[in-house]
Amino acid sequence: MAMTDAHSTGILSWLTTVDHKRIAIMYFVVGFAFLLIAGFEGQLIRLQLAAPERSFLDPDLYNQLFTMHGTTMVFFAGMPLVVAFFNFVVPLQIGARDVAFPRLNAFSFWVFLFGGLFLYASVPLRAMPDGGWFAYMPLTNPEYSPGLGIDFYVLSLLISGVGSIAGGLNFLVTILNMRAPGMTFMRMPLFTWMALIVSALILLAFPPFTVGLIFMLFDRSFGTHFFDAAAGADPVLWQHLFWVFGHPEVYILILPAFGIVSDVIPTYSRKILFGYPVVVFSGVLIAFLGFGVWVHHMFSVGLGPVVNAVFGGATMLIAIPTGIKIFNWIATMWGGRLRFRTAMLYAAGLVATFTIGGLSGVMHSSPPADLQQTDTYFVVAHFHYVLIGGTVFGLFCGFYYWFPKATGRMLHEGLGKAHFWLTFLALNVTFFPMHFSGLLGMPRRTFTYAEGLGLDVFNLISTIGAFIFTLSFVPLVWNLWRTWRRGEAAGHNPWDASTLEWTTASPPPHYNFAEIPTVDRRDPLWHPYIEPESRRDGDEPGGAVPRRQPDEPPEPVIMPNPSYWPLVLAVGMLLMTIGALGSLGLTLFGLFVTAVGLFAWAFEPPFGEEAH
Amino acid sequence: MRRRAIAALVLFLGVLVSQGCGGEYPQSTLHPSSDSATLIDQLFDQIFWWAVGVFVVVGGILIYVFVRFRERPGDGRPKQVHGHLLLEVGWTLAPALILVAIAIPTMRAIFIIDRSTPDPEALVIEVIGKQWWWEFRYPELGIVTANEAHVPLGRTVDLRLRSADVMHSFWVPRLAGKRDLVPGIENQLWFRPDSVGVYHGQCAEFCGTAHALMGMRLIVDEPGDFERWARANAAPASTPADAEARAGQGVFMANACVSCHAVRGTPAAGQFGPDLTHFGSRLTIASGVLENTPENLARWLDSTQHVKPGNPMPEVELSDAQIRQLVAYLGSLR
Repeated sequence: MAMTDAHSTGILSWLTTVDHKRIAIMYFVVGFAFLLIAGFEGQLIRLQLAAPERSFLDPDLYNQLFTMHGTTMVFFAGMPLVVAFFNFVVPLQIGARDVAFPRLNAFSFWVFLFGGLFLYASVPLRAMPDGGWFAYMPLTNPEYSPGLGIDFYVLSLLISGVGSIAGGLNFLVTILNMRAPGMTFMRMPLFTWMALIVSALILLAFPPFTVGLIFMLFDRSFGTHFFDAAAGADPVLWQHLFWVFGHPEVYILILPAFGIVSDVIPTYSRKILFGYPVVVFSGVLIAFLGFGVWVHHMFSVGLGPVVNAVFGGATMLIAIPTGIKIFNWIATMWGGRLRFRTAMLYAAGLVATFTIGGLSGVMHSSPPADLQQTDTYFVVAHFHYVLIGGTVFGLFCGFYYWFPKATGRMLHEGLGKAHFWLTFLALNVTFFPMHFSGLLGMPRRTFTYAEGLGLDVFNLISTIGAFIFTLSFVPLVWNLWRTWRRGEAAGHNPWDASTLEWTTASPPPHYNFAEIPTVDRRDPLWHPYIEPESRRDGDEPGGAVPRRQPDEPPEPVIMPNPSYWPLVLAVGMLLMTIGALGSLGLTLFGLFVTAVGLFAWAFEPPFGEEAH
Repeated sequence: MRRRAIAALVLFLGVLVSQGCGGEYPQSTLHPSSDSATLIDQLFDQIFWWAVGVFVVVGGILIYVFVRFRERPGDGRPKQVHGHLLLEVGWTLAPALILVAIAIPTMRAIFIIDRSTPDPEALVIEVIGKQWWWEFRYPELGIVTANEAHVPLGRTVDLRLRSADVMHSFWVPRLAGKRDLVPGIENQLWFRPDSVGVYHGQCAEFCGTAHALMGMRLIVDEPGDFERWARANAAPASTPADAEARAGQGVFMANACVSCHAVRGTPAAGQFGPDLTHFGSRLTIASGVLENTPENLARWLDSTQHVKPGNPMPEVELSDAQIRQLVAYLGSLR
């Protein structure tokens, strides 16, 4: 029963699916759509700034567009794309048949989707938020931002935040509890390690932000004064709550990319990761330090020399574990046999461009230098090098790496390489000149700039770069279309990679593994190549992991049933969210639907009849 | 192909660098004209060259690795290496030492810049940020002005920063780093200018619709010129001599202008908008948006919302003659 349900492909099967691989595909498709939308918004921004004093966009629309661009990229493109990879890869890498809480996983996706759709409902209503993705109080209180714009921001992030926290919890439990026998922590692939760390980051970073959003919602809807200076409160509190989340959020976006390239570089160098424990613990250290540096977003607030000195110093420390990762990647490639397939190009591109972003980051870790750089295009250049050169390159790297596993088809290498070189060119042409425009005095979030400041040429070049970005999607889409029409079959392990996901079929059957493997070493598929003298203590001779899973499971596999209730619960929460814009009746109806969904979910048997 | 790509890259960087070094940059952080901005610039220079050094080394090694270790036909499996303790220690310590080299001058600079000024003779100016303009008050000189502040060469300027509404950030890059204007808090910022000139600045914290148009000028004068400016600006407005300007005064007093603008020495005492007592002596209109010429002033009075969208000044119905008269009046307020 369960097996036949999971095989069907109708729309209903997607609405009710609890299969982590299908949920991954849904996360990817929706996240990619939001990436295109937010990229288009960025393109509009660059058109307005192509020359000084243009009037292509009016100031209010411009402010709405950069708010939507930032909010969408972080919450509705970056995070879901990261979570798409968690979903697809983690259970396969740890030898599990699904995540720990499959229905919760589906619920996470639906509330994320509804949060994004809710945010974009502000577009036809002409009420897009315009306070920036950071939404500083008091600009975002009703006195200075009347209308529904900021409410769309607050509520969409509240509802999608529920999904993020549930997802963090789900992957934390999955990785802690669902690993195949023998897979100790120090045998986990690096991507799974980073997913573990990031799940913990999500779980710790989102609650303060949620508290801040609820305070803001109360200030806006019920007239409270959490951030009202006139009532004796301190509006800087919002900045603390936002950045104590906002800085770990950067690591939520970058560490998975680090995990991806830490798996990809060894594969295409044909050489195991250099300094595995060091790479793992430098990731742990980055995440830990990431909670102690948020004030570096606030050096100009005037918190005093001691605060700025402490947070400046802590920020500098992060350069050490980050540098260690880069050096270990280089050492992995050193002496290897490098194959520059598309995924490897993206990994190599990440190492190069992330280094630029990291070094400009060191420049503004110094608070006095930051006083000149903060809120200028220099910072815009910095974090686009980190988020495109790091996160997006890492995600494309993972996309080209695991696409054959997910679909069973090979992408075209030539088109993939064209895609890489175009994005690489676009990144540098768009964002390198911004270092100059920032240092020469161009503040961020300005819809125009005066003639005579000497900024014209830099801005024109940046706008040309944005067009190259748009162009870069052509070979990608062409490649997908071509592969869909006539892609070659991938086989189990097209890259001769070393981890468990490559032992099963491509695409994997819905139960992932016909037999749960028993793991006795790191990089189990490469055991013949690792000479005995370089084996670690605890590695047993021989290899227990089969290079290929059997085609049919020797015993019946019991998989969780599809379920409507995660979707019903998410719809209930969406109704409550819409009601929060001003309809108590709708809120109460949403609460009722939520309650029905919760109870029905709780009493639904998890497995089919036959399982008993 | 490859050679052409490298030539294109060199050309691209050359254009950027030549753009960055030559030319006029009135708002540049790299052309400091005060003790504070110079201190920051020198610190930035140090960090910048460390970063360039690291980038050259890492980039060089990367290119070497990409070329040297590319797979060639017939290559077998490479030797598998788990790690190397000494190397790990080395590339942990090397960045740590560079960071110490950066941290020491950083800490020194923080404890100079983030403290209040040590100079008891400093000229105190109160700066109040408002959507989307700047008010400057000189308590010891009795001057209130907007969007343009004069300061004397060679004397420390001690700014007291407040906000009347939302967050703003005071930024005149050639004179000092940013300092935010936070509702409910008084912030400080000080610097001692080292050359005469007109310095461009603008708000650097997003503050709503016209944030991009919240500019200002800081004018550093010779001490004698500053004295003359201060004396003139402390005085109330004089009654205009010519007839058109006098008619303009009548238009000003009879219309909505007076409910927001003050002209000291006249009944106009509005507090919401900029003080216009010596408007005629200013360089710009609407916080740096337009040069202060009669044509621009007429344009501003005729269509404020077009010149600076979203600003709180309403478009008052005025005839062409009334606008001419107002331009004459405001121009006479020197």
